[in-house]
Amino acid sequence: MSFEAFMIVAAVLFCIGLYGSLARKNVLAVLMSIELMFNAVNITVVAMAKYLAPAGLQESISTALTGQVFAVFIITVAAAEIALGLGIVFAMYRTNESVDLTEASQLRH
Amino acid sequence: MLFQDVVFWLLSVVAVGCALGVVLTRDLFRAALLLVAVFIAVGGFFVLLNAEFLAVVQVLIYAGAIAVLIIFAVMLTRDVQQGNPPNRLQLPAGVLSALLLAALIVVAIDTQWSFLPGEDRQSVELVQTGAVSTIPAESLERAGVSDAAAQEAVEDAGLADLLIGQYVLPFEAVSVLLLAALIGALALVRPHSAAVDGGAPQSRRSSGGSNTPSVIPPLRERAEGGPDAD
Repeated sequence: MSFEAFMIVAAVLFCIGLYGSLARKNVLAVLMSIELMFNAVNITVVAMAKYLAPAGLQESISTALTGQVFAVFIITVAAAEIALGLGIVFAMYRTNESVDLTEASQLRH
Repeated sequence: MLFQDVVFWLLSVVAVGCALGVVLTRDLFRAALLLVAVFIAVGGFFVLLNAEFLAVVQVLIYAGAIAVLIIFAVMLTRDVQQGNPPNRLQLPAGVLSALLLAALIVVAIDTQWSFLPGEDRQSVELVQTGAVSTIPAESLERAGVSDAAAQEAVEDAGLADLLIGQYVLPFEAVSVLLLAALIGALALVRPHSAAVDGGAPQSRRSSGGSNTPSVIPPLRERAEGGPDAD
């Protein structure tokens, strides 16, 4: 269970999310893939907080928590993104009666 | 250590397998359920990484709130069973992801990471596991933090102190962002109001029913007993 193992698992999750967000037609599937990518980044940040030496650790031990603070921010931004994203999905479904991204060429109706 | 290794590989298999399921299955509802499994596996990773608070937050916010939101959205749209076909970009997307994956793995293995020195490891671990709790004195002793000043520093370090202290500006910014996103989402899903329609709500509403198909009937119609009441 080394640091590199965590990084590789996170990289695999991120690339799966990237593939899903590029290769799917349904906008909900794209949103789910973006959530996967957020989670992969969170794993990376927290693993770095555990294994790597932050600058300024000697001055203040609380720099060891910087990675966790960043993960909290990422989770919050992800929550905001999914709320707004689902709002857009509903608006899109109401106007187009479809959640197919390849058919959505405009946001207005 | 061996137990942690077993748990790590188990979680990795679950996370990667379920993530593949999310992007490859055609059934959107199954994809959403597999996504919940990924979220919980990532919460397990957080426990392995000394971030118990984040693990709890992960289960509460991701596996709880976000997953429910996504499943709600899936159930409100049509064609759930076959609703997730791949588009024409499948091959280039796969190639791009594979290339990026190879690059990331090379970087992860090749880089000379500046690892935490051994003498700091135990106090850092104490700070991280005690991020939202008080650290008992005996565990400080056990970790070899005997210096009084060092003990006080380890005890004082906490997630909330950082959030309200050093990172207070991003904290406020992210709370404003969350508020703006929620209000924006509300404004997006709300049915067209009289103010938007330019002072002719009655005619607009009666004609708007036919050319703007809506998932949710407007609030006023629902209050009157559904769209078939008039």
